[in-house]
Amino acid sequence: MNEALIVDNLNKYFREPEDFHVLQDISFSVNKGEFVPVIGKSGSGKSTLLYLLSTLDTDYTGKITINDIVVTGKKQNELARFRNENIGFVFQFHFLLPEFTALENVMLPALKLGRYSKEQIEENAMAKLRGLQMDSFANKLSSKLSGGQQQRVAIARALVNDPSIIMADEPTGNLDSVNTGIVFDIFRDLSHNKGITILTVTHDLDFAKGADRVIEMVDGKISV
Amino acid sequence: MVDTLIAKRHLMANKKQTLVAMLGVTFGIAMFILMISFMVGVNQFMEDTMLSSTPDIHIYNDIKTDYTTSIAGEYFNDRNALVLVHHPKPKQVTLNIKNAYGIINDLRRDPDVRYVSPYVSSQVFYNYGPVQINGSIDGVNILDEAKIFDLAGKMVEGVPENLLSFDKGIIMGRGLAEKLDLGMGDMVTLTTPQGTTMSFRVVGLYAIGISTIDNTRSYVSLASGQQLLGEDRSYITDINLKLRSNKKARVKAVELAKKYNYKSDDWETANSSVLAGNIVRDTLTYVVSITMLVVAGFGIYNIMNMTINNKMKDIAILKAQGFAGKDIVRIFLSQSLFIGFFGAIMGEILGFLLSYALSRVPFPHNDFIALKFFPVEFNPAHYIFGLAFGVVTPFIAGLMPSLKASRIDPVAILRG
Repeated sequence: MNEALIVDNLNKYFREPEDFHVLQDISFSVNKGEFVPVIGKSGSGKSTLLYLLSTLDTDYTGKITINDIVVTGKKQNELARFRNENIGFVFQFHFLLPEFTALENVMLPALKLGRYSKEQIEENAMAKLRGLQMDSFANKLSSKLSGGQQQRVAIARALVNDPSIIMADEPTGNLDSVNTGIVFDIFRDLSHNKGITILTVTHDLDFAKGADRVIEMVDGKISV
Repeated sequence: MVDTLIAKRHLMANKKQTLVAMLGVTFGIAMFILMISFMVGVNQFMEDTMLSSTPDIHIYNDIKTDYTTSIAGEYFNDRNALVLVHHPKPKQVTLNIKNAYGIINDLRRDPDVRYVSPYVSSQVFYNYGPVQINGSIDGVNILDEAKIFDLAGKMVEGVPENLLSFDKGIIMGRGLAEKLDLGMGDMVTLTTPQGTTMSFRVVGLYAIGISTIDNTRSYVSLASGQQLLGEDRSYITDINLKLRSNKKARVKAVELAKKYNYKSDDWETANSSVLAGNIVRDTLTYVVSITMLVVAGFGIYNIMNMTINNKMKDIAILKAQGFAGKDIVRIFLSQSLFIGFFGAIMGEILGFLLSYALSRVPFPHNDFIALKFFPVEFNPAHYIFGLAFGVVTPFIAGLMPSLKASRIDPVAILRG
């Protein structure tokens, strides 16, 4: 069992504003520790696919298996717990809570999981920030950081519960080329050296180039 | 735990908004406490005054005004004749209660009855030089009467027992004594409607606080009263009762009226207008207080809605990271409850201070109202009710926005 993610015959329709078959018979799998960008034109369904895989969107037919666990058909509360434990999220916008410091933002998902004591969580979160060269900003309010710094804090937050898979939606969409390069290096390091599977939707073809394998979406289908 | 941490941060991040929401509850609760304390104080004062002049049950022989049967009808005894008597008048009646001592002994054995006070009452004229002042006199067993009306506490001069130790003593209402220019130890002459005249010595002055009584009524001993009216020792016109619980008076009065076949009034019926006033004041208090709390509730509802609209992104990311719907409800509902609880506590303190201040404000001086300060009642039940309402209102006001927040679809927001 080397697959982190198995997707079996996924179909999804949008009902609004009109019936639209957005994902058509999608099947693929991703191995553990793979770094896989998903590319495609606007409206090709790549983001939609990512949100299905992330278990946030449950309105689909087909079957999704993550880490040998079938997530299709689970209840919302179970899925919340599952995401907390297994999936780290990075978005185009950082979505940090502005009332909290960088360190606290990183700690929140771990506090929710409640697997470790507060001191251990703080230590662990600090280590994640250090790994991203963000430790010197740990006690700054997240709203006071620059865009690139915020995105790095968001990545640290995605990593705090040691997820087996990271899902990212346009993680470099708001970043300049320097910061894009930094995020790319971080992702490649995570997948190659830490064995974390990374699935990221991106527009950036340079970003996609250095990856292990690219999934390209065209009109709701995977083009090989 | 982490939910409360987030709730706390939200509240602290917007201190001004939190404080404004809290003040809404604070003023609502404070006004509730102030109004209810004052209104209940007024009601209590009215009831006390009323009960100081009205017995729980008053049994007396009423003049019959039922003239539906007429001796004329029997006399003519003709089915075809319509007998109509214009303006009938009562025949000579004696207003005493027959077998009074039998009834009194029976009442003394009644487990519901605490005190029984039989007396004779009559209209009299108080002679003041050539002027006669109209009034009334009660011939009482002063010890029984004092127990029912707490006369000892209402004496301005002398003590009730003076009636026993002085021959032909009289205890007079203060207003009446002033009108007659009488003081302790002075003599006063009474004339009954029957024409008998008798002199008494003033041995006490009382003031109940109701001018119609203080200006007209006096007490003499039962024997003197009977003597004044030219009646024997068994002549009793009225019986006052004090019950163990005055809430039972209405039912008990009906029962006694049936049992002895004499008119029997309970204090609630005799003072129905005062009690109606109490109900109006109570209703007003609750309506105004609840309105204020509902307004405060809307304030909280608005602020929670605004907060949640501002926090859509935060809610979405929390849900993506594994916070369940119930965590989101907890985060926002706990903010609402925090506002409500602390707002209510502050409101109780403010309400107490205001009520206390009011209770120290001197009541405008008045000879006929026995009030030194504004009447304020301090009852813990009001504070418990206020606190409960101060928590329930924000709970309801916060529940809807919180549920709305928990139903936010993170995908719609995270996709932008």
